[in-house]
Amino acid sequence: MKDREYMLGNAAIARGIIEGGGKVISGYPGTPSSEIIGTLASMKERDFYVEWSVNEKVALEVAAGAAMAGTRSVVTMKHVGLNVAADPLMTLAYMGVEGGMVIIVADDPGCHSSQNEQDTRRYSEFSMLPCFDPATPQEAKDMVSEAFSFSEKFQLPVIFRSTTRISHGKSDITLNDIDINTKTPFFTKDVDRWVMIPKNACVRHPQLIDVQEDIKNELQNSRWNKLDLSESSTIGIIAAGIASVYAEEAMIDLDVEASYLKIGTYPLPDDLISKMLDKVDEVLIIEELEPFVEDKVRAISNDLNKAIKIYGKDPKLIPRDGELNVNICKIAISNAFNVPDKNNYYDYADKINSLSIPERPPVMCPGCSHRATYYAMRKAFGSDAIYPSDIGCYTLGVQSGTVDTTLCMGGSITVASGIFNAGEKRPICCSIGDSTFLHTGINGLLNATYNKSNITITILDNRTTAMTGHQPNPGMGQLATGEKTIEVCFEGLCKSLGAEFVETVDPFDIPSTIEAFKKARDYEGTSVIIAKQPCVILSRRMGVKNLPFHIFIDKCNGCKACIRLGCPAIEFDEENKYAKINSMCTGCGSCVQMCKFDAIVEVSK
Amino acid sequence: MSNKVSKFDLIISGVGGQGTILASDIIGKTAVISGYHVRAAETHGMAQRGGSVVNHVRIGCDYGSLISINGADFMIALEPSESVRYLKYLAPGSKIIINTEPVYPVSVLSGKSSYPAISDILNILEKDHEVIAFNATKLAVEAGNQQAMNVVMVGALSRYLPFDEKVLFESVKSIVPPKTLDVNKKAFMLGNKIMESH
Repeated sequence: MKDREYMLGNAAIARGIIEGGGKVISGYPGTPSSEIIGTLASMKERDFYVEWSVNEKVALEVAAGAAMAGTRSVVTMKHVGLNVAADPLMTLAYMGVEGGMVIIVADDPGCHSSQNEQDTRRYSEFSMLPCFDPATPQEAKDMVSEAFSFSEKFQLPVIFRSTTRISHGKSDITLNDIDINTKTPFFTKDVDRWVMIPKNACVRHPQLIDVQEDIKNELQNSRWNKLDLSESSTIGIIAAGIASVYAEEAMIDLDVEASYLKIGTYPLPDDLISKMLDKVDEVLIIEELEPFVEDKVRAISNDLNKAIKIYGKDPKLIPRDGELNVNICKIAISNAFNVPDKNNYYDYADKINSLSIPERPPVMCPGCSHRATYYAMRKAFGSDAIYPSDIGCYTLGVQSGTVDTTLCMGGSITVASGIFNAGEKRPICCSIGDSTFLHTGINGLLNATYNKSNITITILDNRTTAMTGHQPNPGMGQLATGEKTIEVCFEGLCKSLGAEFVETVDPFDIPSTIEAFKKARDYEGTSVIIAKQPCVILSRRMGVKNLPFHIFIDKCNGCKACIRLGCPAIEFDEENKYAKINSMCTGCGSCVQMCKFDAIVEVSK
Repeated sequence: MSNKVSKFDLIISGVGGQGTILASDIIGKTAVISGYHVRAAETHGMAQRGGSVVNHVRIGCDYGSLISINGADFMIALEPSESVRYLKYLAPGSKIIINTEPVYPVSVLSGKSSYPAISDILNILEKDHEVIAFNATKLAVEAGNQQAMNVVMVGALSRYLPFDEKVLFESVKSIVPPKTLDVNKKAFMLGNKIMESH
């Protein structure tokens, strides 16, 4: 028996990369994709190159370059990252690759940790690149490792679409052998192929169109698609990717007899769909997010000489938004085909509501420096100012009134410029994290200084990419693998981008930080505040331990100034009207500076 | 459920930072060693910042990782109010092991909302479930570190899982950070022992 291990989906995908002989792996962190590179970079022995790139466009181009040189490469990102990388993606489809290249994109149906829930399969159709859509972590691992040779066969990069439940699911995984072939990289000069000037692009585009039929034929006979025709039933169910395991469980639970087509690859297996439609009078399509399979099924059905009832995206059946699950599938099957659900469902709603459980949204950690930065920012700029923000832990500052917009990675500075250019007279102060600034904020700052935006930009430099799990970035002097490298100087970078007011502050020194923000506010032109203080999780992991604080209740007059900081380590005793500090205190000292009564002191004193 | 596709469906609920993932890892790994297929779903990312978290662990399951409404056989709640939030996943009559030590959300700490009495929570749960409630955080402190509360809960669950408690204990030893080994061994034993009185 082969080795079986209990693995995170992303670790299984990482294993698939190694089994398939991936030799250059790049990516930008983004939930739910981050642990793929995290797993590879933390391996002690490696015969591949792995990097955290500065953004997804860069990452895709690095992987493309490696594949041009005949090396098997991978790029990883979350779904919205592919928007950033869409420019090289679309033309790389024309150029193609020499070594197998897999573009791993992790979708987030249900927006567990994302600003939208776009469906990457649309990009596959748009770019005309084949796409693999696994149903389980095991399939994910096996698909990735096989995707390399498929990519080489057609000399095209392959999109691999994961979703939250694949990437952050865990499963027993049967391992295969690791590819030990080493191919010497060699870039073959070929202007017609690698230089996409119009003359060459016009040749490559029809070639890409022509090869689609061959790709489809090869994929539809692969083991990732499965058609089971029922002899006795006239109903059919088609399910794609992760939705297929939900559909299969629902069918077992409802004990329904139906023809069943499981889809795991695109371009869609037309012939299998036609075979299914020949056999049935009505069909239900179960897929997460977009009606991608459904549109095609409707198109194929239009060409048939038979009327087939097609069910799919419909609020009463399969919703177009959010995640699917077995219950949604059962209801859809039940409603579409009038199959009774014999289960008696027990509704706890009344009992749950009677308890009125308080909400528990994610919050900034106790001791997070962003809390202090936001406090000082608001003190200096006031509640009337406009606060565009960005994507990272600091988006959680939405509760402190300093996050007025969040559009996309890097969208804080540029949105601030736009609001200023619209003629808004109130002060504008935006916030962006260190990694996000290096991702796509640099362009925004350059645009702001060049076009004379009178705005303040706050770089929340917590010395890491915190939200996605503390990945290194160029501001830290450390590579993905932990090896030392250059450390980008934010002050120097901002100045060279044209910012003439640049000041670095320690946000835990709240009075100085407020003063710096006031100067930035009054400065005519683009001003930059760099609030530098390591992420509390990271610094504690590195052994930095401050003494916690304590509140002397005799001195506390219950004014709640410290409570308003919103730190999970400070509680208020409503009965006795005093504040107290709990065991979560990390000793950052921010609350001490709120207290006018000297009630808060370090525990040792 | 009429045609069950899973031998044992478990919900683990709690608060980000309490170690729900480690708890499900110990159980999942032991299940694989014991020859079962396992599927698990975890909360990562945004929701970990002190937010509400839920893990689904399906032992002897070869389908999806998400447990159906009313599908779970068992719940371990690392925080009392978090048992209620995910109650819909439980089958009526299923068992709940609950840590009675609350973790208050910021809205409660700052007095903006209130937290129900633990006795009210238990009364509601006991209407439809067999509830085993004790302060696992205190036991973890007794073992040497309150962070070991998740392992206390795994210890308490051990006799209900469809595999050998000894194999589970070996998994605890192999998964927890080496320098916390003694504390976690003790935490597991304390959790395991408290069930003798139930």
